[in-house]
Amino acid sequence: MLSRPKAKLVLENGAVFTGRAFGATDREATGEVVFNTSITGYQEILTDPSYNGQIVTMTYPHQGNVGVNGYDVESRAVQAAGFVTREAARLRSNWRSHGDLDQYLDQNGVIGIEGIDTRRLVRILREEGAMRGIISATDLDEASLLERARAIPSMAGLDLTKNVTCDAPYVWASLDESGYRLPGASADLDDARFHVVVVDYGVKHNILERLAAFGCRLTVVPSNATAADIMALNPDGIFLSNGPGDPDAVKYTIETIKELIGKKPIFGICLGHQLLALALGGKTFKLKFGHRGANHPVQNLQTGLNEITSQNHGFAVDLDSLQHLPIELTHVNLNDRTSEGFRHKELPLFCVQYHPEAGPGPHDADYLFGDFVAMMQREREKMQPSEIMEA
Amino acid sequence: MPKRTDIRSVLILGSGPIVIGQACEFDYSGTQACRVLREEGLRVVLLNSNPATIMTDPDIADATYVEPITVEFLEKIIAKERPDALLPTMGGQTALNVAVEAAEQGVLERYGVEMIGANLQAIKKAEDRELFLEAMNNAGLEMARGGFVETLEQGVEVVQQIGFPAIIRPSFTLGGTGGGVAYNMEEYRQKLEFGLNASPIHRVLVEESIIGWKEYELEVMRDKKDNVTIICSIENVDPMGVHTGDSITCTPAQTLTDREYHRMRDAAIRIMREIGVETGGSNVQFAQNPDDGRLIVIEMNPRVSRSSALASKATGFPIAKIAAKLAIGYTLDEIPNDITRLTPASFEPTIDYVVVKIPRWDFPKFKGVEDQLGVQMKSVGEAMAFGRTFKEALQKAIRSLEQDRYGLGADGKDRYNIATMTEAELESARADTKTRLAKRTSTSIFDIYDALKLGVSIQEIFRIAAYDPWFVDQMAQIVEMEQQLRDAAESAQAIVPHQAAAAGAPAAEDLRELIWQAKQFGFSDRQIAWLWNRTELDIRALRKSLGITPVFKTVDTCAAEFQAFTPYHYSTYEEENESVRSDRRTVIILGGGPNRIGQGIEFDYCCVHAVMALREQGYEVIMVNCNPETVSTDYDVTDKLYFEPLTFEDVMNIIEHEQPEGVIVSFGGQTPLKLAKPLEAAGVRILGTSSEGIDLAEDRQRFGELITQLNIPVPAWGTATSQEEAVAIAERVGYPVLVRPSYVLGGRAMEICYRPERIREYMQTAAQVSPDHPVLIDHFLEKAFEFDVDAVADGSDVVIGGIMQHIEEAGVHSGDSSCVLPPYNIERAQFETLVSYTRKLARGLNVIGPVNIQFAMQRGIIYVLEVNPRASRTIPFVSKATGISFAKIAARVMAGEPLSSFNLRDMPMAMDHVSVKESVFPFSKFPRSSMFLGPEMRSTGEVMGIDSMTGLAVVKARIASGNRLPSSGTIFATLSDNDKRPRVAETLRGFAELGFTILATDGTSRFLTEEGIPNTKILKIVEGQPNALDYIRNGQVRLVINTPSGEIARDDEKTMGAVSMEYKVPFITTASAAAAALSGLRSLNESELQVQSLQEWYRP
Repeated sequence: MLSRPKAKLVLENGAVFTGRAFGATDREATGEVVFNTSITGYQEILTDPSYNGQIVTMTYPHQGNVGVNGYDVESRAVQAAGFVTREAARLRSNWRSHGDLDQYLDQNGVIGIEGIDTRRLVRILREEGAMRGIISATDLDEASLLERARAIPSMAGLDLTKNVTCDAPYVWASLDESGYRLPGASADLDDARFHVVVVDYGVKHNILERLAAFGCRLTVVPSNATAADIMALNPDGIFLSNGPGDPDAVKYTIETIKELIGKKPIFGICLGHQLLALALGGKTFKLKFGHRGANHPVQNLQTGLNEITSQNHGFAVDLDSLQHLPIELTHVNLNDRTSEGFRHKELPLFCVQYHPEAGPGPHDADYLFGDFVAMMQREREKMQPSEIMEA
Repeated sequence: MPKRTDIRSVLILGSGPIVIGQACEFDYSGTQACRVLREEGLRVVLLNSNPATIMTDPDIADATYVEPITVEFLEKIIAKERPDALLPTMGGQTALNVAVEAAEQGVLERYGVEMIGANLQAIKKAEDRELFLEAMNNAGLEMARGGFVETLEQGVEVVQQIGFPAIIRPSFTLGGTGGGVAYNMEEYRQKLEFGLNASPIHRVLVEESIIGWKEYELEVMRDKKDNVTIICSIENVDPMGVHTGDSITCTPAQTLTDREYHRMRDAAIRIMREIGVETGGSNVQFAQNPDDGRLIVIEMNPRVSRSSALASKATGFPIAKIAAKLAIGYTLDEIPNDITRLTPASFEPTIDYVVVKIPRWDFPKFKGVEDQLGVQMKSVGEAMAFGRTFKEALQKAIRSLEQDRYGLGADGKDRYNIATMTEAELESARADTKTRLAKRTSTSIFDIYDALKLGVSIQEIFRIAAYDPWFVDQMAQIVEMEQQLRDAAESAQAIVPHQAAAAGAPAAEDLRELIWQAKQFGFSDRQIAWLWNRTELDIRALRKSLGITPVFKTVDTCAAEFQAFTPYHYSTYEEENESVRSDRRTVIILGGGPNRIGQGIEFDYCCVHAVMALREQGYEVIMVNCNPETVSTDYDVTDKLYFEPLTFEDVMNIIEHEQPEGVIVSFGGQTPLKLAKPLEAAGVRILGTSSEGIDLAEDRQRFGELITQLNIPVPAWGTATSQEEAVAIAERVGYPVLVRPSYVLGGRAMEICYRPERIREYMQTAAQVSPDHPVLIDHFLEKAFEFDVDAVADGSDVVIGGIMQHIEEAGVHSGDSSCVLPPYNIERAQFETLVSYTRKLARGLNVIGPVNIQFAMQRGIIYVLEVNPRASRTIPFVSKATGISFAKIAARVMAGEPLSSFNLRDMPMAMDHVSVKESVFPFSKFPRSSMFLGPEMRSTGEVMGIDSMTGLAVVKARIASGNRLPSSGTIFATLSDNDKRPRVAETLRGFAELGFTILATDGTSRFLTEEGIPNTKILKIVEGQPNALDYIRNGQVRLVINTPSGEIARDDEKTMGAVSMEYKVPFITTASAAAAALSGLRSLNESELQVQSLQEWYRP
């Protein structure tokens, strides 16, 4: 909207973008500037805890068209530090919507900038890599903004999970009454056949929804829960969630995971995938500009089938670093051949880098939740009758 | 899973002539398929009856059959070529229907041909509504409630359950032919009957109305491993109730949450699997209730479609090309993405711009047809535009339509001038606008604009017309910007360009900001000029002095996530320009814009040939066009593609950026030709015939002088600007006269007048057609033969490419008449006169490049009617008939090569094969329009018949055009008084000798009896029953020969045409066409129809 106040986005390389502010126009945003190529799903993206501390640029130029609603959220609040778009709608239109994107960002204290050449921004990030940036409508002095952009702490080595994990363990109860939930693959079975402990590094609600839909009872625990805490809950399986930031920066969780490996079936997504790799003794590395979008082709190497996947990660697992172990690459990204998932050949453990829960994105990989349930089932069958009674 | 090794040759089916609902998008897809399969080392056999296609170029397939697309001919080709597989998914509904028929008749089995892309079962499941409904039930998806009916009684039963309004959809028809919406029982009965007749299997689906729901389409690909991906989503701006082909659409969908979008995506994937489309592209249409999100499946097409052409151009993902590869066994992950090269095709494109498509209609060409849109498609073409916002894309799309609108209003063409209206006038305008809004027409978008300007709220517009509020708000923002520009008019006047640059004053800075924003909203210089009462050039100069120029972004399938290697661009007003100018010698070729009657695929064909020729010569060739259906907008065809409107402003922006050596304007028809003068005035070098030469050909006064000097006869003529002047000229030159406005294409508003009263009437209407230009009046040569000559000249040499003789007598628009190459009824001396006149004229006009000349021959004397120093509609036909690409030669000549270097000879008078072109008309879509041909062009497409005998070529052309001649039975004949002459009698005698019985009305019957031709007299329609209509309805008439009486067809003649069409009885409207038909039937009695490929015909 042309009446919105003037704002600037300045990158650490000195690139300046002048546009207009919306949302919390009196606030500023600082953080790593990243881009997401998904056409739909801005509300899910904004509320995804993995974007904590990042300024998200949407490559699709029109954002806010469908407003916001109470269901399409991946956490309780807006997590992104700032929002960048070519045009923020002034009028929302969708029967599901309850409010405007503009007001929503304002209520959540997050500033957005519109009216800039987002494609130029994306091309800078693609060529030079993700970088720090600042959005402001109060300070329009480019020199000052550049200086402040350069003072923003780097993502590397930053533990952002503590910003987004839960304070205390809780039992998940579904929020989603929208009627837009996918049916679970085992919807005809009794609910809650398996108890899963979810280690929350910033878990997306849709992951919890999908696990629940596949018949899991969920106890969500904070990221600093110890292996003993987790084992004390006597779960059938452990889920390692997605989350923001550098996997190397959360050493304490890596230690916890090391203790859990082999004891219970484990499934990890995104950060959970990276942490599993690190716990197994592998390495991760930072991608130039990350994978963020809902159109990434991944091949399931076990079936040979392709999946269109939802992705959001700036770090990736170096699979070569796991070569000495009985680890098998199960999923590969067809764009850049990076690891998208692996499994342990001997232990009940598998994980993927991408987001089978969608939210936003395609549902092609939803079967992975079923695989996790099947794994827990197999492990249960392996157990002695006495152990089952204990369980 | 790599390529199958058991398929070594494939037969590809084209879609035949351009008709409403099936246009050049299938040339685009078929050409891609042919190319890619040949690259894979397969032998490609092609069947397509349409000569104006790139796909029928002899170097595109190994064996090219320009033969009718029927099972009969398909079987002959299969028997001869013995292909391993048949690919029916590239040629639209025509190809699917023929493939299904061939499979059901056992032809494929007999010759061991496998159907690839889609199998019989999948096609039937997708096409047969009953099977489709069952499949959707299996997939757990909902469809609109309703049922199939085969009789009126069943229909009444169904409608009593679902209520009104009810939708009527006949089974197995093209583009929804025969469909409609009924709001009451009377209307319902009438439309149901029409629909039952339109359906080849006499069956109609009656459904609950979902009018006003949101409409979406998904383009889907599936490979044989069951990988399914979505190429793009399309949201119709026009809500349900208007055929998708007639809707303004937007890519991607704008008003869906992620969950809704993915629910739709999941549904599309389930549908692909349930229908069993093994490989390739399909499109699935959905409707969603805006109030509660209820999702309904409308239909799916198990083949590439108009939408997939649009999706390919909108995303850069070449659906047809990939589909062809999938059909021969590749999987998506094995195929690289052309644009990014390093990433595979197994992804889903994402875009960072908005694409808007607007259809183009030609209602004024069909008198008596109401401009109202519904479930039956009526548009003849479409334009598409890119923008970084919907606003920008919409305004660019509107000016791309080339209907003299330069955006959403504010261009001097608006219905209301609100500033000068009284409150009472405003109130009545509001009421009128709301009434108009309730009805969908070709100008509904401007009704929304009017409503917004008159203060009707977005919500009210939604309530009346169901346009989604988000789209309406985008338009409201355009309207608000218009107001801001108006408000700034005064301050803008004060700033002249050079002052603005020098001053850097705050006022100039404000103005800069305002113009920048207006440009971002898609406003054209023309709109700003009109609002500020300046010229377009003033605004252009001002804008440039303020540093406001567009940048060019790239269409890259991935929203810039990866590097793009394909220079496919669109303009926008932002910061970064991605289009890199090369240091090569560059030529820009301007395309033809949206298809319309009179300017269609033939001109795109010429453009593509020019591109190919100049690329072969080492030029960097840049294409500018805005028609998503075409081959010319395939990024693979050119070195660089700009998908942009063809207006002076947009084209000039590209020229200024690219700095080409020259620009070619004479291949895309009237659209680019109109730009020649302004471009030249702006210092652009136009290649080919100078605008001086063009002007000399078009300015009647100057042309008249030239003709006198060259000593070539022309019919007497004059130009008039008033009624009295017109009548005086007519008296001088003698009746009948041909009247037309100057500077028109396709015979728009051309008429033959026999009386002064008619001229007066005409002058009143013509004045609106082209106010600045006088009306041309020529003596009309009755009963004359007409010839079209295509030639190429280089300023000194001239080569005659083709001489065609029309079958219809002069008076029928050359684009509508059938023609024969070489001429079938001409003496050597006359032929040589045509050649010599052509040379004289080409030299006299200093033609460099192509030239088309129309001649008429009356009593042995040859007159020149018209000279057009540009590519003509007949160039593709001539090229197919002779095997020489004259468009390519013309392009090279325009770039400076001498004609002598090509070693060409003039077309000989006798050839070993005869080619016949026959036109195809959209009358079945416009049942109320007259079927009689005249000087106003109304055909949408053409077919070609080629054979060693003229008669057989005529028969083939008739079969290909869908008007197969009967070999026996009853003819109903009614001749105009003019046609009651010996030559016509001979024709009817011929039919009688072949064993036809003849029914005739009073006058004709008497004439035939006098001539000794046996006939039975029947009643005229007005005389009572049983009359001709009853005989037709009872299936007793196999052929109607009805030549119109004078200038306006009588009502009963119109009815006759409509009924014949309804009962699919061939209808001949000229005596010469009847003679040609007779010669065809005679040849058919002597020999059988054979098939032969172009490659065989061309073999010396």
